[in-house]
Amino acid sequence: MRLVFPNPGLDNRILSHEDLDRMEKEEGDRPKWDNKTQYMLTCVGFCIGIGNVWRFPYLCQTHGGGAFLIPYLILLVLEGMPLLLLEFAIGQRLRKGSVGVWRAINPYLTGVGIASMLVSLLVGLYYNTLIAWILWYLFNSFQDPLPWTQCPLNDNGTGFVPECQRSSTVDYYFYRVTLNSSTSIADSGGIHWPIVLCLLAAWTVMCVCYIRGIGTSGKAVYVTAILPYIVLAIFLIRGLTLKGSLSGIKFLFTPDVNELINPKTWLDAGAQVFYAFSLAWGGLISFSSYNPVHNNCVQDAVILTAITGFTSIYAATVTYTIIGFRATEKYDTCISDNILTLLNAFDLPEDNITTSNYETALNHLNSSYPDTVLGLDIKTCDMQTLLSEGVEGTGLAFIVFTEAITKMPGSPFWSVLFFVMLLCLGISTLFGNIEGVVVPLKDLNLLPKKWPQEAVTGVTCAVAFIICLLFAQHSGLYWVTLFDNFAGSVPLLTIGLFEMIAVVYIYGIDRFNEDLEYMVGHKPGIFWQVTWRFISPLIVLVILVFYMVTQTQEELTYLVWDPNSEQFPSLALVPYPSWINAVVFLLAGVPSLAVPVYALCKEIISLQSPNCLEDPKNKIELSHKLANHLQ
Amino acid sequence: MLWKVLLLLGLSSAWAQKLCSPGASDGYKVRLSINSALGDQAYVWNENEMFLFRATLAFAMRTYSDGQEYDVANVVVCDETPRVSFWFVVTSPLDASLLVDKRRVEEAVRKSRSRINSAFLLTDDTLEFIGIPPTLEAPVAPDTPPWLIAFGVVMGGVGAGIVVLLVSSVVQKIRKKRDGEEETGGKTENEAASDAIYNMSFSDDEPVTQM
Repeated sequence: MRLVFPNPGLDNRILSHEDLDRMEKEEGDRPKWDNKTQYMLTCVGFCIGIGNVWRFPYLCQTHGGGAFLIPYLILLVLEGMPLLLLEFAIGQRLRKGSVGVWRAINPYLTGVGIASMLVSLLVGLYYNTLIAWILWYLFNSFQDPLPWTQCPLNDNGTGFVPECQRSSTVDYYFYRVTLNSSTSIADSGGIHWPIVLCLLAAWTVMCVCYIRGIGTSGKAVYVTAILPYIVLAIFLIRGLTLKGSLSGIKFLFTPDVNELINPKTWLDAGAQVFYAFSLAWGGLISFSSYNPVHNNCVQDAVILTAITGFTSIYAATVTYTIIGFRATEKYDTCISDNILTLLNAFDLPEDNITTSNYETALNHLNSSYPDTVLGLDIKTCDMQTLLSEGVEGTGLAFIVFTEAITKMPGSPFWSVLFFVMLLCLGISTLFGNIEGVVVPLKDLNLLPKKWPQEAVTGVTCAVAFIICLLFAQHSGLYWVTLFDNFAGSVPLLTIGLFEMIAVVYIYGIDRFNEDLEYMVGHKPGIFWQVTWRFISPLIVLVILVFYMVTQTQEELTYLVWDPNSEQFPSLALVPYPSWINAVVFLLAGVPSLAVPVYALCKEIISLQSPNCLEDPKNKIELSHKLANHLQ
Repeated sequence: MLWKVLLLLGLSSAWAQKLCSPGASDGYKVRLSINSALGDQAYVWNENEMFLFRATLAFAMRTYSDGQEYDVANVVVCDETPRVSFWFVVTSPLDASLLVDKRRVEEAVRKSRSRINSAFLLTDDTLEFIGIPPTLEAPVAPDTPPWLIAFGVVMGGVGAGIVVLLVSSVVQKIRKKRDGEEETGGKTENEAASDAIYNMSFSDDEPVTQM
């Protein structure tokens, strides 16, 4: 009745339950967690990343505020939690990293592990560049006034540099001082050395934290996983005491039930759940393999799901108190500027127009002197626009938040605190990333097994740093966005789908249930059975298909910072050059295709080689068959 | 006699008013935003304040222009509005019908801007001379950029951490190797002792077997 693909030799590749019990008593040389807290903190740190601060609040607000929580929480439980338990359980049972696990299930499936490794590598490269930018801002926060509050002066000292004058101090600081952006991805413009130094710092910090594998990173997570929660609490208290914070929270959570009918809401919720749990990167499988065999992974999965859901909402609340404050400040400034313009133009006494009678005064003046008012360039001040501008991604952290911080008293302190929090969130995610790269490299024998862990970590970080110099160019921002859009979307969904099919239909759901009963003490209930077999793979498949359909239909465009464009200071939308298609294929296509391609290559090689008797596995199989036949 | 004096005064003030008009080529518009600058502590703009302004401007012309003895009467003001904005021109002390060149006035105002501002408890934004942009203060630039200091501290700490961790793992390995050698070394000593016993017993046999 159960659909299981034939999988010969499985028992020879994996340890039996008796072997596991025996190994549990022996002192092996495989790394282990010092205690359960380290393991849970590492997983929490891996799952909770920068995306919880700058992606989830934006999605929540654009897709109907409080109503978005409904699809998010539903998909968290139906899509995220089953896949999470799957990765936990398979890692704990087979006691290997991602490549080892899939190779043990079936050698043709090694491609899944290779794909995970490639995705972890590509994502880790651009993620650490974000860490480098955060480090730059952190280093520059130790001064008063903060450097992004002032524009540099032009040559004769009477005004500011035009690029800064036309945009804003924070925009100028991010795009010109920090990144020195060129105007297109093709225009590399050379290396920007402050970013090189920050990249060096970022990779060295990663190296020192992971130098002995989970031995050192397990200690580091006590800080990097807990500190963000404390900082968020401090910001929440500070944020709630600022003027306008409640309008931000209201804006975030105002439910718009009509958004629930929009399919894009559900798609974005599903994708966000997938990325929030850092599934399919291979790191979770590795981390679980260091657990004792009888660890209760079902409980872990449920707890981790609850923590992730709670943290997303918590971080979103804090973020929107600050956004509300900034929007209110900008709105007040806008109104005051308009009032001043009107007073100057009509030479009225200063207290003639105040914020309370601004509307009536404007209408009165507009009706009496329409031409003059038209020539005055009165800006429209709209709270809703201000609340929804630039609140996603790097724009949120480096532009909106930095601007809000400059308006708080004691700004350097808040700036340091904010960037330390982002740093901790990013580093703890990168631990999982590095684990997902280093362990497969060792399993695939690409790095010699007799090298000590320190050498492996050092070499990986050094090579990664050199590749990251790509992002230190003047066009680095556009490369980071390219990687973010393509390396971390379609390949992860593909790998997740393959993982579920592999465990349920190739490893066998019956065997998996028995393993869980052996490890935890009871078989997983009907909820898990239904979700593993049908619901979760179906959801992931639907999201994957929709993503591919929309991506192939859209023309590839990106946003550039171009002072000569018409939309300046807004970013201009330009099409990618044609050679980008090759890069996109490398980023998204190669990891996704690694699974079938590897299986195909293996098949071709095995068909061509006549010496199949040389293979020891085949010898054991043959001797078993012979023994059975003789009996 | 009296009517001649009155006529002269009237004529001169009319003349002065003709010299000063909104949009005068050698004049400047001044705008004050006292309420927004001082809030509750704002003073009322009246004739006395205007007198102070003219005196301050005369001071500026005296100090930073050609050194002539400018007087309050040389600063002519017109077109006052409730906004508190007005136009002014500066006449030469030698000839009241001649206006001082725009550029000299601008130079004097620029150089004494901070004195004029502080006389009225205002700033460059709230006491505006339309057409004379204030010379902005350059942003404070310390000698060593502070971020390099923070970067140096972090790299130093991280480097020290790497060195400490590497040295400690090397020391651990050496210690393990030494412990392993002591164990195997102990074993060989025992073997040598048992050999010696064996040899001695063997040599002991000889006198017994000799006949």
